[in-house]
Amino acid sequence: MIVNGKPVSAAIDARTLLVQFLRETLRLTGTHVGCDTSQCGACVVQVDGRSVKSCTMLAVQAEGAQVTTIEGLAQGGRLHPMQEAFRDHHGVQCGFCTSGIVMSALDLVRRFPDPSEHQIREWLEGNLCRCTGYHNIVKSIAAGAKAMRG
Amino acid sequence: MAKATDGRYLAGGHALLPLLKHRLDHPSDLIDLGAIAELKGMAVAGGMLTIGAMTTHAEVTNSDVVRASIPALADLAAGIGDPQVRNRATLGGSVAGSGPTADYPAALLGLGATIHTDRRQIEADDFFIGTSKPVLGKGEIVIAVAFPVPEKAAYVKFPGLASRYPLAGVFVGKFLNGVRVAVTGAGPCVFRHPDMERALATDFAPGAIEGLRIPVAGLRSDLHASAEYRAHLVGVVARRAVAACG
Repeated sequence: MIVNGKPVSAAIDARTLLVQFLRETLRLTGTHVGCDTSQCGACVVQVDGRSVKSCTMLAVQAEGAQVTTIEGLAQGGRLHPMQEAFRDHHGVQCGFCTSGIVMSALDLVRRFPDPSEHQIREWLEGNLCRCTGYHNIVKSIAAGAKAMRG
Repeated sequence: MAKATDGRYLAGGHALLPLLKHRLDHPSDLIDLGAIAELKGMAVAGGMLTIGAMTTHAEVTNSDVVRASIPALADLAAGIGDPQVRNRATLGGSVAGSGPTADYPAALLGLGATIHTDRRQIEADDFFIGTSKPVLGKGEIVIAVAFPVPEKAAYVKFPGLASRYPLAGVFVGKFLNGVRVAVTGAGPCVFRHPDMERALATDFAPGAIEGLRIPVAGLRSDLHASAEYRAHLVGVVARRAVAACG
């Protein structure tokens, strides 16, 4: 598979989850394991441009796919506009859920470049944050989408 | 699959992989269906909407074909799980698994759909029969589901507070020759409600099923809701579904 633009291959146990492959084999530890039951969204990455929960997908199911993790967003030392928006609007407290929410938000913006607050909140159904109360996350995503529209 | 002692087909993996992670299932082999293009896609012909088994909920939600023919089905798919679940989970997985709280089986039964497998065609009425004996044979694959296009249809569910799975969900399908009402979440398996179907065939309005008693016997009772509460909810969401048909 291609991870963050680089071809990777490894011989792994067939039962390896995509999130284990990313974290333990590739050492890309920005993708987190929260609940491990497909609910919290801390493990969200993009596979062929779609946000998925990497704890509920086998690594072998992503064979040949383009996978993007949080580590793949910043270019040339500059944060992605969505990451920058989370910093500017304090969309982060403990940060555990943040990478999954950023990866999820990018899929939202792909479908709805100018999402309403309602669309943002609905879209976050699969991302749990226990610190922020979501208020600043919603603001961050709206600002990130705006920055991405340019 | 013929060579596997206890194999499983892997579709979107959003029912099966959690089971494996909890060590609740121990298949000898997994066969990933993800690369079979023939199992994907949506098309309308002869008053039937046919959807390939490996079509994801997100693809159904965003499909112009589904939106134009059976919008209630696009709405149902849009309400399953969350965006990331919908990007992976499939129609075929939902049907083959047919869990008691799954949303899609209500649409199959409420529309009188036909399940196409690699061996035969099975009517939804013969598929969701609520016994522990699997309808699908060893190695049999669901390849597509054909839904008759109704005059009107709607699906309304009452999600549980924590899990978001329906405590009760009702799909109503109105056809020229009658009405079908299917209830999910409330019983051990999706089931039809003949009394409501008769009442709505005479008068297709929420008031026609007002006060209709929902038998409590056989409904699920757990920490999320008692059987009595579920029976009440079935009536409430059924009336909302009829109203949503407009």
